[in-house]
Amino acid sequence: MAEQKRYPAKPKKAYFFATCLVDLLYPEAGLAGMQLIRREGVEVIFPQDQTCCGQPAWNSGYRDEAREVALRQLACFTDNYPIVVPSGSCAGMMRHHYPEMFRERADQASIEAFSSRVYELTEFLVHVLKIELKDLGKPIKVALHTSCSARREMGVADEHEALLKQLSKVELMTQARKEECCGFGGTFAVKQPAISAEMVSDKANAIADTGADLLVSGDCGCLMNIGGHLDYRDAAIEHRHIASFIWERTHATEG
Amino acid sequence: MQQRVDFHSRIEQALGNPQLKASLRSAMDGLMANRKACFPDADALEALRLRGAQIRANALSKLPQLLLQLEQRCTQNGIRVHWAESVDEANGIVLGIMREHQAELLIKGKSMVSEEMDLNRFLEAQGIECLESDLGEYILQLAGEPPSHIVAPAIHKTRQDIARLFKEKFPDIPYSDDVDTLTRNARGILRKKFYAASAGLSGVNFAVAESGTLCLVENEGNGRMCTTVPPVHIAVTGIEKVVEKLAHVPPLLKLLTRSATGQHITTYFNMISGPRRTGEKDGPKEVHLVLLDNGRSRIYEDNELVNTLRCIRCGACMNHCPIYTRIGGHAYGTTIPGPIGSILEPQKAGLDNLGELPVASTLCGACAEVCPVRIPIPTLLNRLRYERIRSDHDGATHGQGSGRTRKEAAIWKAWSWLHRSPVRYRLALTLATRLRKILPLGLGPWTRVRKPPRIAAKNLHRRAREEGFNDR
Amino acid sequence: MTDKARDAILQRLRNRQPGFDTPSQRVAIETPSWPMEARIAQFKSMLESVRAEVHVVEPENWTDCLKTLVAEKQINNLLYAKQGPLAEAIEAAWGDTLLPELVCDERPVDEWKEEIFFQTDAAVTSARAAIAETGSLVLWPDAFEPRTWSLVPPVHFVIVDGEKLYNTFAEVVEAEQWARQMPTNALLVSGPSKSADIQQTLAYGVHGPTELIVILKASS
Repeated sequence: MAEQKRYPAKPKKAYFFATCLVDLLYPEAGLAGMQLIRREGVEVIFPQDQTCCGQPAWNSGYRDEAREVALRQLACFTDNYPIVVPSGSCAGMMRHHYPEMFRERADQASIEAFSSRVYELTEFLVHVLKIELKDLGKPIKVALHTSCSARREMGVADEHEALLKQLSKVELMTQARKEECCGFGGTFAVKQPAISAEMVSDKANAIADTGADLLVSGDCGCLMNIGGHLDYRDAAIEHRHIASFIWERTHATEG
Repeated sequence: MQQRVDFHSRIEQALGNPQLKASLRSAMDGLMANRKACFPDADALEALRLRGAQIRANALSKLPQLLLQLEQRCTQNGIRVHWAESVDEANGIVLGIMREHQAELLIKGKSMVSEEMDLNRFLEAQGIECLESDLGEYILQLAGEPPSHIVAPAIHKTRQDIARLFKEKFPDIPYSDDVDTLTRNARGILRKKFYAASAGLSGVNFAVAESGTLCLVENEGNGRMCTTVPPVHIAVTGIEKVVEKLAHVPPLLKLLTRSATGQHITTYFNMISGPRRTGEKDGPKEVHLVLLDNGRSRIYEDNELVNTLRCIRCGACMNHCPIYTRIGGHAYGTTIPGPIGSILEPQKAGLDNLGELPVASTLCGACAEVCPVRIPIPTLLNRLRYERIRSDHDGATHGQGSGRTRKEAAIWKAWSWLHRSPVRYRLALTLATRLRKILPLGLGPWTRVRKPPRIAAKNLHRRAREEGFNDR
Repeated sequence: MTDKARDAILQRLRNRQPGFDTPSQRVAIETPSWPMEARIAQFKSMLESVRAEVHVVEPENWTDCLKTLVAEKQINNLLYAKQGPLAEAIEAAWGDTLLPELVCDERPVDEWKEEIFFQTDAAVTSARAAIAETGSLVLWPDAFEPRTWSLVPPVHFVIVDGEKLYNTFAEVVEAEQWARQMPTNALLVSGPSKSADIQQTLAYGVHGPTELIVILKASS
């Protein structure tokens, strides 16, 4: 359960933490996130020394390895600016698991101070920037899959929806069992491929049944999973990170 | 290793059974909807869950004192209390009681602890008949199967399965797949057994220390039959089931029935505080309470893992688990399946035996979200993953380090080496981007049902620089 | 064996890591509280939702209600407690030969088990209290109204006094100071026996009564 979080006023500067999946596979999503923040008049800082939040190792039980990597991230975001993450999963790691990770090992107060500066992107757009979106796109039917960590750990399912609902030409379709996990689960998809395949196939069916043209998610893991499966089926449903989608629809291109 | 092979083949088997898939899906959808309807107010639910967690945590924090108090109160009330460190000891105690009364038929109410003890098989080898009387458990006993869900044991079966089973076992009763008829037939058969049984066995939902009261939750009345009609009642329970006060029972009861099946209350809530007293016309003449440890005290030693023992066995975690819903209870191969089983059972049987269970989760958190006593199941799954591969075994958890393989450890070492150095990481990024056309991405199981993701032509580190985003 | 086991278990439990604290934060739990009329309505609707019958009658009319019901349901014999709290009223009201035979066997149940298991149609008992929130009857079986009476016969009539209708279970436990005086068996009964073990389909009368009929005495 997400605790009630108090949000600061709009800052002058904000850090952006890309996450490793975005960095390598979905850079346009990260860039869109940064552009959205910049458009609201906040200077976005992208520390070039950032790598990965450490979650893959942490969830595999390799705690020392995860800590070594997490320590590097702590060193990248030292100034007192919000740290915005375009992923519920990685944001959840940095906000909720870092304090646990360093319990009785590091200066707890400074870890907690760091963690309290971490925001998931949609949460930051809605509550800190109070963003107002003007939809410039054509009418489209969109299904939203909110990742389990965005929904349960970060408690930002409503923020995902609220942003899409600001887009006047977007019809938000609701798939059956929208709260259910898509079956990604990091290494789970590889360690339990049969169960994962069953889950992603059920999820893709539910999304296809809505008649949506596009699948949107705030987490690239889910996107890679469900989107990869939709492509494998040759389904006529595109998939996009929520940041890319919002940026594309609200960004006036010249000409 | 054997377990691993078994687990995987059981998963394959379950996934290959479309009827099981349909039964589980509709049953779990129903149970989830019922629960939701029972808790209309989110804030009230959260307050109640917090209270439930406190009551259970309070009981655990005082466990040794409360067990002694329970023993003392029960003894004063005339209940005979027995302690068992292991399943073998507990079985021996039950056998001893049966022998003492030359009892030949034990009629059983639903008890997961007796499943843990494998009591039926044990007593039957000693020539004592054990008969399950909960309708679902009775069906499974006829079928020779273990329960697949802790609250709805026969949830994997259709009524046609059950009708065929009855026809096979009772050829004289005409075939019917009508639920009311099947139920009436079972009532007729079992009524004669309640009438004849020389001893009854039950589990315990809550054991109240301050009054020496054993509480039982049920809908059918078989639990009441087992604890009322035969001259001897034997209750078996894990040592963690104790609560401090009677006043703690109402909130837990509310959480239990609503979380389990979405009932505001079950038909019967049976509170037993002793055998029949002088003058009373019925009730057992003897009541025995068997307190079973079987690894619980070991779980109790660790400040984080102890939270496993808060569980009140409602089964909501399995009802909401996307994995349980896909594979069903039997695939787990343990007494308690699902998320709670995946943290509890490996701690009891050892990570060397059941270490695969905590790994077989997406950590989606649906279980923790609904747990009425707020057990942080994903956190504990994560902890057990760590215990399973840690190299510095301190012996606190059974089978620590047993899942560590040189290959996997080397992979994570390399991963860490790469990601803790920005220079190496950026170099790897550039390299991956350059070779993106030929790199084999996500081969193996991933691409069996998915198109592989594509590495972008420019990674975000580079795009950020190009688009003028500052480094500091 | 058991003493050795006891000592070993307790010893291990005492060896736990220090620092496991009980959460102390107070949680305010909202407990419902209804005025009497609404309380009765809640009680009735909860019980009816699980297929129990509830008849709310003026206190002096409950035997008439009972007589009508036993006749309607074609009950042949009715178990009642000759020395119980309902006896006087029932005996005074009976007399009509068309009514079912009143049965009371004061021997221990084991001695007439055959009759109660296979030949008794219905039993009538009192209830100690009732709970509106969940539609529950609080039964404390005793020497006069034993445990089996509310369990074995297919139909169970329960007479409950409206003044003993509480809001919640927690309220009953506290108001009646249960912690000081638990009987050998205390029961909450909230409907007829039921099961959903076959394909999640509800079926009534699995092992206990198929019908639960509540007569609530309340002055309007």
